[in-house]
Amino acid sequence: MKGPLLIAAVVAALASVPLFVHSNVVFNFLVVTLLIALTGQGWNIIGGYGGQYSFGHAAFFGTGAYVTAILQMRYGLNAWMGFVAGIAAGAAVGAIIGGLAFRAGLRSSYFALVTLAFAEVLRILASVAPITGAGVGILIKLDPRPQSFQFQSRAVFYLVILALVAASLAIAQMLQRSRFGAWLIAVRENEDAARALGVDATAVKLGAMVISAAITAAAGCFYAQYFLFVDAGIAYGPWISIEALLTPIIGGAGTVFGPLVGALAVKSLGEGAKLWTGDVPGLDLMIYGALLVIVVAFAPAGLVGTLANVRERAARRLRAPRKGRAEAARG
Amino acid sequence: MLSPLILGIAVFNGLMTGAVYALVALGLTLIYGVLHIINFAHGALLSAALFAAFFAHQKLGLDPYAAALLLAPAFFAVGYALQRFIIGPAARGDERNMLLVTLGLAVLIENALLYAFHADTRTVDLPYSFKTLDLGFVFLAVPRVISFVAVFAVAFALWAIMALTDTGKAIRAVAKEKLGAELAGIDVAHVYAMTFGLGTACVAIAACLLVPTYYVNPGAGNAFVLIAFTVVVLGGMGSVPGALIGGLVIGVVESLGGFLLGESLGQVGIFLIFIVVLLLRPRGLFGASA
Amino acid sequence: MAEPLLSVERVSRRFGGLLAVDAASLSAPAGRITALIGPNGAGKTTLFAIISGFLKPSAGHIRYGGEDVTGEPAHRLARRGIARTFQIVQPFGGISVRDNILVGAYLRHAARADALGVAETVGREVGLGDLLDRPAHTLTVAGRKRLELARALATAPQLLLLDEVLAGLNPAEIRDIVPVIRALCARGIAVVMIEHVMQAVMSLSEHVFVLAEGRIIAEGSPAQVVADAGVVEAYLGRGAAARIGATHVH
Repeated sequence: MKGPLLIAAVVAALASVPLFVHSNVVFNFLVVTLLIALTGQGWNIIGGYGGQYSFGHAAFFGTGAYVTAILQMRYGLNAWMGFVAGIAAGAAVGAIIGGLAFRAGLRSSYFALVTLAFAEVLRILASVAPITGAGVGILIKLDPRPQSFQFQSRAVFYLVILALVAASLAIAQMLQRSRFGAWLIAVRENEDAARALGVDATAVKLGAMVISAAITAAAGCFYAQYFLFVDAGIAYGPWISIEALLTPIIGGAGTVFGPLVGALAVKSLGEGAKLWTGDVPGLDLMIYGALLVIVVAFAPAGLVGTLANVRERAARRLRAPRKGRAEAARG
Repeated sequence: MLSPLILGIAVFNGLMTGAVYALVALGLTLIYGVLHIINFAHGALLSAALFAAFFAHQKLGLDPYAAALLLAPAFFAVGYALQRFIIGPAARGDERNMLLVTLGLAVLIENALLYAFHADTRTVDLPYSFKTLDLGFVFLAVPRVISFVAVFAVAFALWAIMALTDTGKAIRAVAKEKLGAELAGIDVAHVYAMTFGLGTACVAIAACLLVPTYYVNPGAGNAFVLIAFTVVVLGGMGSVPGALIGGLVIGVVESLGGFLLGESLGQVGIFLIFIVVLLLRPRGLFGASA
Repeated sequence: MAEPLLSVERVSRRFGGLLAVDAASLSAPAGRITALIGPNGAGKTTLFAIISGFLKPSAGHIRYGGEDVTGEPAHRLARRGIARTFQIVQPFGGISVRDNILVGAYLRHAARADALGVAETVGREVGLGDLLDRPAHTLTVAGRKRLELARALATAPQLLLLDEVLAGLNPAEIRDIVPVIRALCARGIAVVMIEHVMQAVMSLSEHVFVLAEGRIIAEGSPAQVVADAGVVEAYLGRGAAARIGATHVH
């Protein structure tokens, strides 16, 4: 099924869930899963398609969460405006970090290190600055009306986050088919070769970073509206940086559905583990760590990627069962 | 308030903390110099070593300095096994994969500690934990003086291994020219694993040196390791003298920074140094061109 | 006589204490094949890196199409029409052959449909027509060389720098790819090739520059250059020219 159609089908299927499900527990699980999927799709843009592995995506998530919380609670701004402002702020932070890192020519491990450092700096600053509530954090006032971007029913929250995820799927799909996306993937595969073909690698990476940051910041804003509490460890903590990269890697980096599939797999495993052994802290992350190693070792293309490879190889074998030797030798 | 005496104390304290940073960084820079990977699992391994030293004291009654004799070889074996049987095969030489695998291990190890031992902070009380050495103008905590001396002893031991033993020569060969070393018959996978083991052993020794004065919980290693990364980047990836000097410098900066700006902002200062060095001179003071 | 398309004027490049390229000058006219030869380590690839914008020269100028382009970055030069292949082939391994060439085509065509058309055409031109849907990492060395060429051609270059494009190919494969290179000149493209395969240099190129230890030590027609005593000595060592009885042309 062609890309856009598949996205529409999947989104429609997910949107119909509230018709059959009424349990708040299930909705909570789904909302958190989609929230992580959105965060992961953000990472996917720069990490999956762009091949630049950021270990500090919390910087964007946290900025979105804090900016919207601060604007609402300290400046009385409307929640939806706060949402937009949070995304813009996250994108700006992405531009700054990306601009500095890419202009300095940082690649691979060094890029991972510098993004890690930025996220840590933000976390420490947020834990002491008065405007972010320092160690105490910020509570958003409970006001379950649509104008305040809060809803009585979990189902509505679910549909909102689903809409955001759908938008992110569309963005990934458009990226894949666009010239910018082709350039970004070329930079990932071989930056020097891409440069030789006229690709302004630094500008492309920076653009991808801004898009990536904006999407992840949107997730942060939504987190603030759903949980109504933001503090430094939640906003800028390593947990979100790890989940941001875990879901696309496991689901399939550089694919449209990778982060969504990854989020479903990862969260289901986490919940399953908790049900089995009780809610002991550390168990779910333990499993995530092991999962990351296993996926990299045995299925580096992730769930979606490996499936696509298998299908493609089967299709090729069907198309050309016996190749002439001369033919095979030519290329 | 800013009397030279007080500043002097801060500097001395910084030097001693810095020595332990240097030891942790030594392990990291050794691994980078040979395998060319940044070992993101380093902090988690430090946490694990801290727990090991703690339990060695609690269950076996071992003094941490004595425990080092037991834990260094034990963690050497752990590091060897990790590289030989997990990291090496899983990453298949791809740098991006290695980033992810070491990160995955970090998350796994740290949370395994959390799951098994919970988040409560533990400390070890020893008869000499609070003893001080009177140098006339300043009092120095005995455990920290011991750490300072021990770090240089370990650095010297590492140098001896590298310069004088066959294994050390093999390691240096692989670090300089992997393909050539392979062609000369050196088992590169084994050398990689030995190096990783040595780096992990450094971490274990550092943990034993820290336990008398530091705290033990699953996140402790991580806090330390980000500073170790800063040291390695400042001193230069792969440079042993860089790690030592960088460690001492960062220790002093942290001490003075914490003293003048408060602990949190002092930490921010260190990370800012980290970022600035990465952006402006990624090869640090003594490293080879990145 | 009109100014040649590419004019390298006394370009030098220093790496710390090492002078890799020493006041080298060469020129390449449009529609002709110019060869750059020399013993290993002479600095040929470094010179290519400078011409294509991957390195800045320590001294000297590069003139292209009548303009001074010294120090411009690689992607800007590619837009101007300078394309290069790499000595060690650099395919975009994880994507298909077609998508590889597509990246080059996108330089001149913003719309995906147009770019795809160009990619298809160029792919067939170099003989990869049947392999367009294969992942690039499954190609043999010969296939990858063709892909390097196709990608560069898709950018519609006026100057094509080929870095040992024939290395690693067997005689049959060389025989197949030479006409493709010759056809480029018929289209007005200036080709500069670094080559060690002497049969190709002799038969393909019209003008040859010899680089040894960073310096241009000879230039001329293939026949002239091969007979030059200095060139023989650069390759075979001191005294070789006398032993072989080569004549000094200058």
